[in-house]
Amino acid sequence: MSNEQQRSTFTLDGRRIAFTPGQTIMDAALAAGVYIPHLCHKPGFAPHGSCRVCVVRADDREVSACTAPAATDMRVESEVADIRALRVAVLQMLFAEGNHVCPACEASGNCTLQAVAYHCGMLTPRFPQRFPRRAVDASHPDFILDHNRCILCELCVRASRDHDGKRVFAVSGRGIASKLIVDAPSGRLGDTDFSADDAAAHVCPVGAILRRDEAFRVPIGRRRFDVAPVSRVGDVQTDPDVPAGAAEVLP
Amino acid sequence: MSTPLETATHPQRLRRVCIEPLTRVEGHGKVTLLLDDDDQVQQARLHIVEFRGFERFIQGRPFWELPVTVQRLCGICPVSHHLAAAKACDRLVGVPELSPTADKVRRLMHFGQVLQSHALHFFHLSSPDLLFGFDDAPAHRNIVGVIHDEPELARRGVLLRRYGQEVIRVCAGKRIHGSGAIPGGVNKALDNADRELLAADIAQVIDWAEDAVALMQQLFAAGGDAYRRFASEPANSLSLVRPDGALELYDGRLRARDAQGEPIIEQASDQDYAELLQEQVKPWSYMKFPFIAALGPETGWYRVGPLARVNNCDFIDTPRAEAARRAFAAVGEGRPVQSVLATHWARLIELLHCAEAIARLLDDPDIIGADLLREGTPARSGIGVLEAPRGTLFHHYEIDADGLVTRANLIVSTTNNNQAMNTAIRRVAQDALNGHTLTEGLLNRIEVAIRAFDPCLSCATHALGQMPLAVTLARVDGVVLDRLRRDADGAVRRDAAESHAGAASA
Repeated sequence: MSNEQQRSTFTLDGRRIAFTPGQTIMDAALAAGVYIPHLCHKPGFAPHGSCRVCVVRADDREVSACTAPAATDMRVESEVADIRALRVAVLQMLFAEGNHVCPACEASGNCTLQAVAYHCGMLTPRFPQRFPRRAVDASHPDFILDHNRCILCELCVRASRDHDGKRVFAVSGRGIASKLIVDAPSGRLGDTDFSADDAAAHVCPVGAILRRDEAFRVPIGRRRFDVAPVSRVGDVQTDPDVPAGAAEVLP
Repeated sequence: MSTPLETATHPQRLRRVCIEPLTRVEGHGKVTLLLDDDDQVQQARLHIVEFRGFERFIQGRPFWELPVTVQRLCGICPVSHHLAAAKACDRLVGVPELSPTADKVRRLMHFGQVLQSHALHFFHLSSPDLLFGFDDAPAHRNIVGVIHDEPELARRGVLLRRYGQEVIRVCAGKRIHGSGAIPGGVNKALDNADRELLAADIAQVIDWAEDAVALMQQLFAAGGDAYRRFASEPANSLSLVRPDGALELYDGRLRARDAQGEPIIEQASDQDYAELLQEQVKPWSYMKFPFIAALGPETGWYRVGPLARVNNCDFIDTPRAEAARRAFAAVGEGRPVQSVLATHWARLIELLHCAEAIARLLDDPDIIGADLLREGTPARSGIGVLEAPRGTLFHHYEIDADGLVTRANLIVSTTNNNQAMNTAIRRVAQDALNGHTLTEGLLNRIEVAIRAFDPCLSCATHALGQMPLAVTLARVDGVVLDRLRRDADGAVRRDAAESHAGAASA
């Protein structure tokens, strides 16, 4: 890789972001300490592009930042009114599709969906709630699987397959009938080889895969997103000595 | 079983008067009256018009969610539901005895809760009736009138409530719908900054609480026999008490006494509530009618809440509240005080007790301890009982082997008072309404009787002040005979009366 390639840059909301060839807009932005809202993306995992929360406008086309490659002198817009409105609409559809009852959810305060919704300024539901009837799978001794809160991001699917060498999770069905299933004839998590040591046990961005016996043990005020907003701790690479938002700006 | 004035013999021939919504109470409810041609009340019913369904929709949920989920029943006393559910969950995780720190932090949270709820009820909701009279102009008979005429009293009411809310916030993380209690303990203790914050104001809070007791005692004395008799019928009393007979709000044993003070249930385990109490369903109400099983529905109904608790206990273990209790008990001349309006007095004695108890806990090193959680042998059934501001509160859950809820039974405080409230409004109907042309002031007496119980009608919404109210007299065929309106500004007008005068007299 030549020095010229390493110095390639694009602009994100007017700020120049360096990237290396092959990096996506998301990867380059996060590496530079600039947050782009996202749910199904996680550094170290194959890009998925399914949640569409990371929509940005790149050279006048709406793309998902987690899958679109960065290009030299590309002009990317993220925190602009119409893109933010698109994100809020996507989030409102996610909230309407499942049963996301933040007031009673043990993931509240630690939930990336909730944190991203706050970050994007989603203040109210917009679409009629579907109120799907979904059972909780509490058959596993260490974890529960609450399908009501699953947003089908497939992070657990990718983690189990690509990191754990198992295939505990998969998504079955199509469209609105899509649902998370587990690798057991009974359909119960307790009958799979899922383990608390699996990477898949620790990647759920919502409250769908939760460790038993830890509910509400962290007091209000000390939960992950009580301490810092998702724009500071949402996979953003930050230098602890440099204020957030400063590291990415090139002279 | 139907009690007097519960069901008219020939309702189709009677005029119907509906008070809807009830004002200055928590939640939404209404009262219907059926009157004959001589304006004699033949039927009076309190209806709860909300339907909540919590017992059903928590089925299939993990039990450890319950303290946080079920507290959403209420915005005024969520801590009571939070703690009752947590106590039931303690049983599910096999920890009937908490660590001293967890027990005391929960008690502190609960004292803050009862203090703020009682302050809200007395100062914001009921003091206008008591200070200005039941017939005072409705535009003035509200919290704004209190602020105008008695600004220092109103200010104290607001600040007392705020103090209680701060106690809750420190213990639970939020003033409303926090998460402090978890199965087997609490998720945090206090730190020294919390203690200093709360300790700074507690002496003032105790003094104000004591002044409020004195004020209510004076109002009760000034009210004379009319106050003593208002809405009052002899009733059984049910509450928790401590094993030594002291007033107990968080964890105790069940005691029931009859109207003469004779024991019905003495120091029974709250875990046996299902054998001691039963519930009756009536076709005209969403709210069940509990009764003491040994007595049956006709004579087994009972009163819960401040009046029942202060009557039932042998003493209060904080000095100023105990002195106030003795003055209160003297009114009963050796028997339980039966006056419905004395409930306000008892409520303020409890408020004083809560303030004193908070002061005591703030001096207790256990509340900054580190032993927060205990573990035990899990069980499949859990019962949690405590004294909410409005009375005894029962939570009972059963779970499957995976920890998911299979059955829930909640008997909330206001449900326990269902028959007592219905009896009170029937007493008012007979004493104050019979034979009179209805006026706003007379209808307000119905609400005054209900307000004394501080009902939480839906445990969710809070109607404050002069809400619009329409009272319509209609013939069974639907023809409107008379109509009284109370507008949002409190003005009462008989807007259609003249046009229907002929029909009404026909």
